[in-house]
Amino acid sequence: MRSTILQTASQYLLPILLLFSFFLLIRGHYSPGGGFVGGLVASIAFVLHSFANGVENTMRIIRYKPLSLIPIGLGISTASMLVPVFFRKPVMTSLWVPDQIPVFGNVGTTLFFDIGVYLLVVGVVLTILFTISLFSE
Amino acid sequence: MLFTVTIGLVIACLLVPFGKFFRNNKSIVLALVPFMLFCYFLQKIPEISSGRVLFESTSWVPALGVNLGFRLDGLSLLFALLITGVGTLIFIYASAYLKGHAYLDRFFGYLLLFMSSMLGLVLSNNIILLFIFWELTSISSFFLIGFNNTDDESRRSALTALSVTGLGGLFLLAGLVWAGSLADSYSLGDILNHADTIRGSVYYPVILLLFLAGAFTKSAQFPFHFWLPAAMKAPTPVSAYLHSATMVKAGIFLLARFTPVLGGTMLWQWTLMGVGGFTMLYASLLSLSKRDLKSLLAYSTVSALGVLTFLLGMGTDYAVIAACIFLLAHALYKAPLFLVTGIIDHETGTRDLTRLSGLGRVLWPVALAGGLAALSGAGLPFTLGFIGKDLIYESTLHYKPLWAWYFTGVAIVTNVGLVAAAFLAGVRPFTGREREEYRQVHLPGAGFWVPPLLLAVLGLVSGVFPGWTGAHLAEPAVKSIFQQYIPVQLKVWHGFNLVFILSLGTLATGLVVYFINTPGFRRWEFISVLERIRPGVVFGRMYIRTKQVAAAYTNFFHDGYLRSYIIKIILFAEALLIYEVYRGGPFRIDFSKLSPVRFYDIAIVFILVGALYKTLKTSSRLTAVVCMSIVGYAICLLFVIYSAPDLAMTQFTIDTLTVVLFVLVLYRLPPFLKVKALKVMVRDAAISILFGVLLAIICLRVLMEPARYNISDFYAKYAYTLGKGRNVVNVILVDFRGFDTMFEIVVLSVAAIGVYSLLKLRLKASEKE
Repeated sequence: MRSTILQTASQYLLPILLLFSFFLLIRGHYSPGGGFVGGLVASIAFVLHSFANGVENTMRIIRYKPLSLIPIGLGISTASMLVPVFFRKPVMTSLWVPDQIPVFGNVGTTLFFDIGVYLLVVGVVLTILFTISLFSE
Repeated sequence: MLFTVTIGLVIACLLVPFGKFFRNNKSIVLALVPFMLFCYFLQKIPEISSGRVLFESTSWVPALGVNLGFRLDGLSLLFALLITGVGTLIFIYASAYLKGHAYLDRFFGYLLLFMSSMLGLVLSNNIILLFIFWELTSISSFFLIGFNNTDDESRRSALTALSVTGLGGLFLLAGLVWAGSLADSYSLGDILNHADTIRGSVYYPVILLLFLAGAFTKSAQFPFHFWLPAAMKAPTPVSAYLHSATMVKAGIFLLARFTPVLGGTMLWQWTLMGVGGFTMLYASLLSLSKRDLKSLLAYSTVSALGVLTFLLGMGTDYAVIAACIFLLAHALYKAPLFLVTGIIDHETGTRDLTRLSGLGRVLWPVALAGGLAALSGAGLPFTLGFIGKDLIYESTLHYKPLWAWYFTGVAIVTNVGLVAAAFLAGVRPFTGREREEYRQVHLPGAGFWVPPLLLAVLGLVSGVFPGWTGAHLAEPAVKSIFQQYIPVQLKVWHGFNLVFILSLGTLATGLVVYFINTPGFRRWEFISVLERIRPGVVFGRMYIRTKQVAAAYTNFFHDGYLRSYIIKIILFAEALLIYEVYRGGPFRIDFSKLSPVRFYDIAIVFILVGALYKTLKTSSRLTAVVCMSIVGYAICLLFVIYSAPDLAMTQFTIDTLTVVLFVLVLYRLPPFLKVKALKVMVRDAAISILFGVLLAIICLRVLMEPARYNISDFYAKYAYTLGKGRNVVNVILVDFRGFDTMFEIVVLSVAAIGVYSLLKLRLKASEKE
């Protein structure tokens, strides 16, 4: 059940949706969005692609196992939590780069925390869905 | 000092990815870690023995009063030196003993974890920190005892040890928090300053008993001693390190550390002397009936721990000095005896005393180590053990006149047992006739016999020059136990006095017992009667009963039907909600306060009801799923209209993914069951309608109640100033309540790994077919 229209559309939709998810992640601190929703949108992008082209092809695009995103995401979040310790501040104190950075606005440890959440959510959703879909085939 | 604790933990973590490198011959490199720390603590000796106490503090969770505070005083230094010094030798020994073991890297990871947590325990200056490290030692001990995880028996003894020490740890936590709240600080220094407040409090007996529950379980005092002999299932290096030289002495450390706070009262003295005295006598006698070398040593360790508790309970100057010296002496002779036993076991394949003799010719360096350790353990003159024994007799003889003789008597009997046990373990296997079956036994590599020999020689050297040991190790330790200066002058020769005669008498009697206690001698079995008074049996029964209850509970709730799980979950939630509604009493709905119904709302509700109707009536599962997702999207629309974009967005994506998930597993599910039975339909309808009604009531109730806006005001006010974000929801998620998010993503990962491994395992299984 391969639809050419869906296949073609998904080729274009994937980068757009991923870009959108990244946009959601970055703006999260000021307007609706954030790492969790961003991660969900990104995984939906991949899921859509896998519906059109099959899980194997999508896996080829991602290149790495989605499972490996989980430790990376968890690691980034944990690291961002622990960074303040090196500045002799309690764990999870948010630290900020003093100057504004174009596009991103204020950059601080919380952004990295959110990036960790984002990667982890993508990893979790894709791991669950892809494993189950490979299992059901 | 923070680095001494963390370095081991960091290296233990690094062993996870890079462990393969150490699995072969290179594992001995890891011994550098404890050795480096040992050198660090060695160079601190002059500073500490001059009477200084070093402090270091890093804030950790200031909101809870928990800091990474460390203190290095005489007591912690003595323990730190033991932990790292014995640790170095154990690491060397273990890399020879477990050579080629498939999980050698894992073993060293656990060992490093243990060493770090033990160091943290003795160095911590914050009682909550102390508790964390206390529990970590229990946990790492659990892994080490159960290291041979394919052996049922060793898993069980690991669990026993963990439950006993873990239970004691909970009591200790209660005691620590209580003492901390009386002193109004969790810092050890403040608690020491508030000693009178705590001792004078009405709750003092309760606090003391809670502390003692922790200390007695950890240090294997009667009636909690049974886990220690069972823990001998661990590989021998572990038994030598954790279960004789260091971890079991954590309880003793706790007692010594809190002597200035809790000690000195009648309750303290009599409990400690009673429990310690009974334990030392009981275990010492029982050890003589043992034929397995390791359990012989285990009981003699329990007895030594009893001696230490007894001495700390007595609390006189002599007694505390004796405790410090005996602690050191015991570590220096018991650890080599264990290591020697390990070598014998490794080379001959047995630890049975009745089958071991005449190994001295081939294993001569091992025999030398065993002999020297036995001499120190027996308390022959010119060994540290001798001085320890002398001091024990000094302290019992100088106690209150009425009791002095009873105590001395108990101490003599205990020591006779200890002497005989030391000789049995350190000398018996090497003397006597050589046996045919051990012809091919050969001397193992130096990694085996150097560590015990070094420890035994150290016991001898420190006995010949006791002045240095006394002035630099014992004196600062005694000072931190009493919180005041007490001179410690140890001499090799005290003169020909009563104590010396008692010492010689003990030695002679011990030797007689040793010679009577031949493999063929059966008369000691009357001692085994003592074993009947052991709570281990009760514990075993509790263990079995717990498992039965767990199985029954699981079978009831875990019947394998999704619908039955959902029913149980919903019913439980309903019970809670009904209670809540009942508790809240009657309320009145003020319709004028509700916002007016708009066209959008009606339209959305219309869609919602239509989708619900279709879900119920359809005969296809796919249609039902799609209709359910329409319900979800309709709710998202409501969120959007009522300005909760964050919620709507998340709900929307989640709904999409749920549908995808459903579609994926659709073909895997059993054929769609159209429920026809009226009974089932009525039941399900009743449960779901009730749930809906309850939720509606709760929602209306929330609207009617005068809202408390403190929390939302706080977040709205500080989101930008503190969190630098205008999206309050996100600031809460990543900043204010970041820990919650952290735990949530950990839960998510666990779920994903669970799904992955379950399905992968099934895939692999089906591939095999």
